[in-house]
Amino acid sequence: MTATHLEPAGTQVRQPILQARNLVKTFGRVVGLDGVSLDLYPGEVLAIIGDNGAGKSTLIKCLTGAEIPDTGELMVSGQPVHFKRPQDARAHGIETVYQNLAVSPALDVASNLFLGREERRAGILGSVFRMLDTKGMRTKAKQELTRLGISTLQDVTVPVENLSGGQRQAVAVARAAAFGSKVVVLDEPTAALGVRESNQVLQLVRDLRDRGLPVILISHNMPHVFDVADRIHIQRLGKCAATITPQSHTMTDAVAIMTGAASA
Amino acid sequence: MTQQQTAGPASTGPADLAEEFLDRQTPLSRIRNVLHRYPAVSPALVLLIAVVVFGLLNDRFLRVENLSLITQQVSVVGTLAIAQTLIILTAGIDLSVGAVMILSSMVVAQLAVNNGLPAPVALLAGLIVGLAAGALNGFLVTRFRLPPFIVTLGTLNIFIALTLLYSNGATVRGSAMPDLLTWTGTTFPVGPVRISTGVVVMLLLYIAIAFILGKTAWGRHVYAVGDDKEAARLAGIAVNKVLMSVYLAAGAVLAVGAWIQIGRTNAASPNAGVDLNLDSITAVVIGGTSLFGGRGSVWGTLLGALIVGVFRNGLSLAGLDVLYQTLAVGVLIILAVSIDQWIRKVKS
Repeated sequence: MTATHLEPAGTQVRQPILQARNLVKTFGRVVGLDGVSLDLYPGEVLAIIGDNGAGKSTLIKCLTGAEIPDTGELMVSGQPVHFKRPQDARAHGIETVYQNLAVSPALDVASNLFLGREERRAGILGSVFRMLDTKGMRTKAKQELTRLGISTLQDVTVPVENLSGGQRQAVAVARAAAFGSKVVVLDEPTAALGVRESNQVLQLVRDLRDRGLPVILISHNMPHVFDVADRIHIQRLGKCAATITPQSHTMTDAVAIMTGAASA
Repeated sequence: MTQQQTAGPASTGPADLAEEFLDRQTPLSRIRNVLHRYPAVSPALVLLIAVVVFGLLNDRFLRVENLSLITQQVSVVGTLAIAQTLIILTAGIDLSVGAVMILSSMVVAQLAVNNGLPAPVALLAGLIVGLAAGALNGFLVTRFRLPPFIVTLGTLNIFIALTLLYSNGATVRGSAMPDLLTWTGTTFPVGPVRISTGVVVMLLLYIAIAFILGKTAWGRHVYAVGDDKEAARLAGIAVNKVLMSVYLAAGAVLAVGAWIQIGRTNAASPNAGVDLNLDSITAVVIGGTSLFGGRGSVWGTLLGALIVGVFRNGLSLAGLDVLYQTLAVGVLIILAVSIDQWIRKVKS
């Protein structure tokens, strides 16, 4: 399991799961993305860093269907795709954990994991009376959390608002990872968290990667990025300034590239 | 927190568990957690205490005839409160419930009596009026993104005016109506008590809506939309569709309420039910449903409606002026909302 992320990522023999080619996105006269390309390979953590306004969020929105690029192509497992809505990206197995955590506070952990894709009972209770399989969903939620190694969330009947920030983040990540998705996109997952909770989330990212699920991580936090990323995509002024690895460059180098003080 | 409790696959320390259990330490917060999880507990306690106290104050209060009377007195407000609960769960509020119900009842009565339509057809027309009113509210809330308070304040006046225009301000008496329309006002004996059909219809609605809210995906989506609209949208829930269906469902419930109202008052009057809007909100709030949406249940609402009914009935049996009933209801509302705020502090 660990071999996948020890070899240098970006080897050409492997088929990228998600590819973007020359994405351009303009907002009136403002150029958000100016021909950005990106490859995401199986079992890697690709971090996207960049200054404010560098086009990080626009890039992510184009990858997850929240924005439609003006030109450029997207491919999932080599097949061209066109995302018009977030649901389209989700249908192709791209799950996004938003910065503001799309969890419903009053609903319990299991309900949140299955929110928007609830499972119904078998037989007439499910088909005619549309009755939910609450028990089944709770059991599956528990299994999924155990599989992801999230041990702090064993009681899936607790309302999410009773959880700590890190646990809520874990619920959101678990939801993204639970549904056989191909790519998990995490937008600033540690921004609102304390040190210990951040470490839990970073561990979760590593666990996802070790299960072969590629992760795109957007973050401002350089130590976190250098801690978990296999490759780092640096956005600057709407373009990809460089794609580096934590081995090839230092944090100082990365910041220099980000701010334009140095080139890769 | 001992080390063995943390035996898990991930890298968790004892401090994580300490944090997890932090808000369960004091007895008071434990009570709050229970109330938070089961919002119907506090109205149930209030109802129980109220029944015991009024029972001690007056012998007649606990007689079965009086208890049966209380249920009949709450049957109309109780039904409107179901519709109100649905709307409030989505973090909305519906000021037009009473007006829609009266409009629907006038259409039903006039079509059956003045236009001579068969009673089932007239009732169907009433249902269509309820659905149309719900569709209008839902359309304005979802398409124009207007606050439900403003939308329903507007439609409240529109529906009142439509009712008066349509009916020419004339009351239709129950004696002129086909039996089916006043059927909800009939009673049948259960042992020593006479139960009104309207109350049974109301209870069936409660059971149906409680099932739908608690056991179906749609119900869960209603809570999710009321809890955090944006989170629900990002989770893939079609928020506007859910909101629209909630307003339509509320309209259908109000049409049933119109039928119960005709039976209960043995008439269809355009001037009836002025207080019903606020009474329905009162029942929902006292029943523990949060005005901020996403929290509460119809069973709480039923308890809330019964609490108001018990207070009014009990205070009047105790010989107090009707003003004191109103005073008591006011105090109840403020207490209920204060408790709701306190319970919501669980969030920390």
